[in-house]
Amino acid sequence: MPDLETLQLLGPELALTGIALLIFVLDLFLKRREDILGWLALAGMIATVLISLPLAIQSRTILSGMLAVDPLAVYFKIIAALTTALVLMASVDYLRTRSAYRGEFYGLMVLATLSMTLLAASTDLIMIFISLEFLSLTSYVLVGYLRHDWLSTEGGLKYLLYGAVTTAITLYGMSLVYGVTGSTSLEAIAQALADPANPMAQNQAILLPSLIFVLAGFAFKISLVPFHQWTPDAYEGAPIPVAAFLSVGPKAAGFAILLRTLLVAFPSLQVDWIAVLSGIAVVTMTFGNLVAIQQRNIKRLLAYSSISQAGYILLGVIAFWVGFGTPGVLIYVLAYLFTNLGAFIVVVAFSHLTGSDDIHDYAGLVRRAPFLALALVVFFMSLAGIPPTGGFLGKLYVFGAAIQAGFWPLAVAGVLNSVVSLYYYFGVVRQMFFLPPKPPLSLPVPRALLAAIVISLAGTLIMGIYPQPFIELATDSVAIVGQLP
Amino acid sequence: MTIPYLSLITLAPLAGAILSLFIPRQREGAIKWFSILVSLVPLALSAYLWVSYDATLGGPQFEERYDWIPAINVEYRMGVDGLSVPLIFLTALLTTLSLYYSAFTIQERIKEYCALFLLLETGMIGVFTSLNYFLFYIFWEVGLVPMYFIIGVWGGPRREYAAIKFFLYTLAGSVLMLLAILAMFFAKGSFDILRLQQELRPFTDDFFLQSLAFWAFFLAFAIKVPLWPFHTWLPDAHVEAPTAGSVLLAGILLKLGGYGFFRILLPTFPQAFHTFAIPIALMALMSIVYGALVSMAQWDLKKLIAYSSVNHMGYVILGLAAAALLTPVGLAAGSSAAPAAATEILNSKVMALNGGVLEMFNHGVITGGMFFLVGIIYERTHTRQLREFGGLGSQIPLYYAVMTTTALASLGLPGLAGFVSEFLIFRGSLPLITPIAVIAISGILITAAFLLWKVIQLMFLGPLNAKWTGLPDMDRFELITMAPLIFLMVLFGLYPAPILTMVNKAMSDLFSIVPVVAGLF
Repeated sequence: MPDLETLQLLGPELALTGIALLIFVLDLFLKRREDILGWLALAGMIATVLISLPLAIQSRTILSGMLAVDPLAVYFKIIAALTTALVLMASVDYLRTRSAYRGEFYGLMVLATLSMTLLAASTDLIMIFISLEFLSLTSYVLVGYLRHDWLSTEGGLKYLLYGAVTTAITLYGMSLVYGVTGSTSLEAIAQALADPANPMAQNQAILLPSLIFVLAGFAFKISLVPFHQWTPDAYEGAPIPVAAFLSVGPKAAGFAILLRTLLVAFPSLQVDWIAVLSGIAVVTMTFGNLVAIQQRNIKRLLAYSSISQAGYILLGVIAFWVGFGTPGVLIYVLAYLFTNLGAFIVVVAFSHLTGSDDIHDYAGLVRRAPFLALALVVFFMSLAGIPPTGGFLGKLYVFGAAIQAGFWPLAVAGVLNSVVSLYYYFGVVRQMFFLPPKPPLSLPVPRALLAAIVISLAGTLIMGIYPQPFIELATDSVAIVGQLP
Repeated sequence: MTIPYLSLITLAPLAGAILSLFIPRQREGAIKWFSILVSLVPLALSAYLWVSYDATLGGPQFEERYDWIPAINVEYRMGVDGLSVPLIFLTALLTTLSLYYSAFTIQERIKEYCALFLLLETGMIGVFTSLNYFLFYIFWEVGLVPMYFIIGVWGGPRREYAAIKFFLYTLAGSVLMLLAILAMFFAKGSFDILRLQQELRPFTDDFFLQSLAFWAFFLAFAIKVPLWPFHTWLPDAHVEAPTAGSVLLAGILLKLGGYGFFRILLPTFPQAFHTFAIPIALMALMSIVYGALVSMAQWDLKKLIAYSSVNHMGYVILGLAAAALLTPVGLAAGSSAAPAAATEILNSKVMALNGGVLEMFNHGVITGGMFFLVGIIYERTHTRQLREFGGLGSQIPLYYAVMTTTALASLGLPGLAGFVSEFLIFRGSLPLITPIAVIAISGILITAAFLLWKVIQLMFLGPLNAKWTGLPDMDRFELITMAPLIFLMVLFGLYPAPILTMVNKAMSDLFSIVPVVAGLF
């Protein structure tokens, strides 16, 4: 029977569960006024952040070692809640004209957030698997939410099929790990692997495949090559706010659990997974960039761009032990949250106003909606890593980590990829600024969307101009992980 | 409390750019005059810097230091010396003139145009005032974005291609520089430009790493200068940019690269620079000769001027390479065997460097003026084809006079500014790298040839092309734009002391303050 203290430590999760249930219940009674549920969910996100913050001073596990309550978990819980908050602000206007059943949408968004907070805190393979599945199931439904839209349905189905396969692989990997170590707890796995008396612990022929199988599930969420195939189709088909959510939320949670699993359970295998991840990082960033160049649809462009961004972030994981490594991942993820959500919300706004996602239709946007165009330039600068933006800070950290760890070629691959990425980001800028506008000449942006863009813009720029507090926050949040072997 | 002059100079244009966004788009006159007024702030303050910089004391002055990101030891540090003060003034002057000239010539999207020029000014001046790599890099990159838009929106027919080419090229160079900056930080724990040169001196024990870092910085700066073979972005960008954009590209953006050589490359990696001095000198030689020859082959006036920049910036790098090269005589002399010879070598080195800095300033004034003149004639004739002109001398005598003065300054006629700097460069480098310098002198000949033959003769002499009867001469605003530039060409041609004293102090300090440099030479 969980005691009162445990309940308190579960505050964020309980709050999210409560809000989600409340939304589902209220949805039965609120006809045609479902917007209120969106704002209720938003309030729930703010509450989650506020409840999470005080937990950051703890460092312990609860529920028989299933969940961690530590700064790293809190950091990613706040990331999850912030992501959903911005996505909700972008959803309300967008969904009003597109779906008659918005109540469930908001409820599912809250549940997806709950799954991410659980994933970020999981310290046991079983808990990891459950939260991974929880996140997947909510995501599948959200992608296919526009049920009369073929693309949406197709995207949801593809996501489901790919997801089911990788889930099976992951589960198989977990069972192998359990077979070798006799435990599902991350810390117990580490101990078993470090035990010289355990003959299986030295058996690379089993260990390495099983580790790779486990990583497949995380790589799927993060969309690392070769587990990325679902990304462009799901982003293109999904309601754009959901695509925005998928590009940031599950990715961040995936990195959280990737860090935790690798650093807590598998430090003894680091030589192997560093090699594997290095290859994946370079292939992921290069592939994402090269394919993004050819895209005509802005959602697909952002999908491939988000694949390559994951490749950059991975450099921080690879160089986890240096000063810029793990904090670099956290900083990059936060900067990426503001930047990529910002870019996506501009796309939401544009799509909402014009009904188009074609890059060619962005022609002359600076004359039609100057603020949207200007904001998108800043977000693209940040994605390309041009200062003074959060994206620059993130790149400074992850590329710096690669250098600090002595992985020069990775850093060089990273910066050269950034140059390539500028080409397609500024291909959109070229449309917006250099080409003549199409009618109608004035596009009034709804207020909630505007507010979400302003917040993202502020986050992006403040992280670039005064990064000190963000660096401190990230460094403090990984303190616990840093102490581990 | 001391007044933060440098922050004011650097950030006033940025503040102006942001404020100008709040002026309604329709009030074009107000936007134009507001941005000109804003640009006068850095101009006036940088003139004050020039007057009050203490050249006998030397070193960084008007310093500002604040903690900025203590977590990674980043300071907000600004300071100027004899190298940066003239370049800051040049930037402020050319920006004001550009905005003034554009106020009469730019017709569309005035608001964005003015805001972008002010933003560009912040980026350019920031590079000259920053003494911390983090700050330096931010300004270095920030300048790219407005120039991309200036070329892409207001440029010529191939503007979109030229804009993205400019951006990608320069970005490719600078990202590698970022890696080198990070490597230095991890080696020595500091982003401070001067401390890294004077005390911390990264990679002195590992020549391979020093070479890597050196070439990373070199690439960033060489692309910007641009040094042959990294110049291919320049003709596109300069030709397609609108007049004022070309002025700032040639006048200032190229100097950012040159400034990097003087401020960072030479004092931070003296051994590497010394080792690679000959290949770099050869690249400079190629820039000089090839730039001049390609210039000569052009029939488009703007392209001709654009390529001549490759030639002129080649002189700057030639002087640097000569100064970095350690001659056997110098080494022996260092052990006081032949103090007279050692002093002579050192003098030559300082002279070559002085010439290089002066050449950057003069090239900014002269070629900036040239691009204005190209714009002035293009506004009237809508052509830049040299073969279509002819006999304009009698039709537009004022323009003829101004263009001739500028062209003569550009080819290095004694009495005008270009001569002083080129003389110093060659006087300095001839004893140090005689064969290369001798060949490089041919560049001056070729420059004289194409300026006299193609520009002066084809445009102004001979019978008047009937098409141009009734062509109006220079307007008052065009004369006002050109007047300060002509004044500087004449002033520093006859009396270079005001700038030379300051530059000389900064350059000789390089050999006394930076221990490695001093030890090496």
